[in-house]
This record gives sequence, structure tokens and C-alpha cells, in this order.
Amino acid sequence: MTRLRAFGQFWWDFVVGDDWLSAASIVVAIAATAAVATTDVPAWWPMPLAAATTLYLTLRRALHR
Amino acid sequence: MTSIFGFSSAFLASAVEMVEALTIVLAAGVARGWRSALAGAAAAAVALAVTVAALGPAITTIPLNALRLVVGGLLLTFGLQWLRKAILRASGHKSLHDEDAIFRQELDQARAETARVRHGIDAYGFTLSFKGVFLEGLEVAFIVLTFGSAQRSIPLAALGATAAFVLVVAVGVALRAPLARVPENAIKFAVGIMLTTFGIFWSTEGAGADWPGSDLALLALLAFVGAISAVFVAVLRRAGAVAPA
Repeated sequence: MTRLRAFGQFWWDFVVGDDWLSAASIVVAIAATAAVATTDVPAWWPMPLAAATTLYLTLRRALHR
Repeated sequence: MTSIFGFSSAFLASAVEMVEALTIVLAAGVARGWRSALAGAAAAAVALAVTVAALGPAITTIPLNALRLVVGGLLLTFGLQWLRKAILRASGHKSLHDEDAIFRQELDQARAETARVRHGIDAYGFTLSFKGVFLEGLEVAFIVLTFGSAQRSIPLAALGATAAFVLVVAVGVALRAPLARVPENAIKFAVGIMLTTFGIFWSTEGAGADWPGSDLALLALLAFVGAISAVFVAVLRRAGAVAPA
């Protein structure tokens, strides 16, 4: 169990690192893009918008730590 | 065009990770002996090759859209992390990555450890070198596999990584010193922008959306990510550096 936890912890640190906010925002943005893509509205814009907003939020978070 | 971007991204990302691995191997070699350091690096290279051989073929069997969704999401996660740190460094809110300082720190730590020699190999030197090469190399392998598989061209991404490996090792062997003159912070900034650009592009396609202008949208995205990064650096510089960490 400890090894399994260590394995999970390694991959969490490797992928998510110290910035869970980015990972969570990206998941939400991908879901939003997929939802918009099912309609007639162009769906290319949510990801760039999410990336810019997430960068702003993570920078603000890093500065206030 | 995506091929040129893919090759450049794999090359630059691999180069900075390899510079960091080289610093650790050099510290282990100088402090604990070259035999242990090189054995650790070689063992890590074998472990990495096994990992890539196991994961590579499996990745190429995944449908392209699903692959681009996952790869895009992961690249965007990595890219935003690199970009955040690069912006904080460029604006003076985080100390610059200094390979000389890291080398001295690793060297001091390695010299302080007591020797535990087995079969002529110092355990600390071996482990330090192994961990450095394996962890930095895993990131390289991850970038090469994800870039290569999403473009259906793993050899091209691998070529970028190999070129970086040859260059970094050749310069490292020639100098036998950490590559402090490599503009590592600038390269990390560029890699952050490229990873974020590809991450946005592929995750959008993977989620079922189409880009206006198809692959040409990559250029617009690159300009967009570069522009917002420059704006953040300018704004944070004006706000003033607070606490370098």
C-alpha cells in the first residue's frame, strides 16, 4: 500500500506538480470545448482563453504565497 | 510546419533537462568518483530505454483524437508550469536558475555523505547520478513520446532529443564543468511558450473542435501565448520584485 501510494504520489508530482489549479482549469476547459463542439458555435476559443486566465490566476497565486 | 515546431520543442526541452542532469552527474563524479557517477548514469539510461520501449508502442495504438486530447492536456499542464516559473524569473520575482550554484550545492551535499563502497561503486554517487539522469530523462522521454505520437512522428521528436543529447554531452565532456553559459532561463521561457501552444492546439482538436486555418492557427497561437507572457512579465516588472525564492 505504501509503495502504491508512493507510485501515485510520484506521478501526481510529475504531472500536476505544485500547481493543481492549472490541471483543474485545463480539465474544465477541455470539457467546455467538447460541450461547445457539439453545437454549431465554433469551439476553438475556450482553450486559449482558459490558458490565459489560468496563467494569470497561477501567477497571482504564486505572488501571494 | 508542425514538424519544425515539434523538432524544435523536443530539442530545446531535452537540452535544458539534459543540462540539469549533466550538472548532477558532474557533481556526483567530482565528489564521489567518476566510476560510480557514470555507472549511475548508464543504469538510468537503460531504465529509461526500457520505459520508452514499453510505453512507445502502446501509445501509438491509441486513436489520434483521444491521444491529442490527453497529450494536449498534459503538454498544457507542463507548459503553464514552465511558463509561470519563467515569467516569475524574468520579472525578478524568482531567482534565476543558476547551474553553477546548483553544482556547488550538490557538490557540498555529496562530499558530506559518508562512503559506502560495494564492488568499487560508491552507493551515494551511483544513486545521485541515477536519480538525476532518470528523473530529468523521464521528462525528456515524456515530451518526445507525447510530441512524437500526437504528430505520428516519434522518430522526428527522438531526433530532436538525440541532437540535444549529443550537443550537451559533447560540450559537457569538453568543459568538464556545469554549462552555466547556456541561456537556460531564456530556453525554458521558449519551451514554456511552445509546450503551451501545442497543448492548446492539440487539446482543442482532441475535444472535437476545428481550428480556423488548420495548422496555420499554430502561428497565431504562438504569437498569442508569447504576447500574453510578455505582458505578464512587463506588468510584474512594473509591480517590482518582492521575494526571490
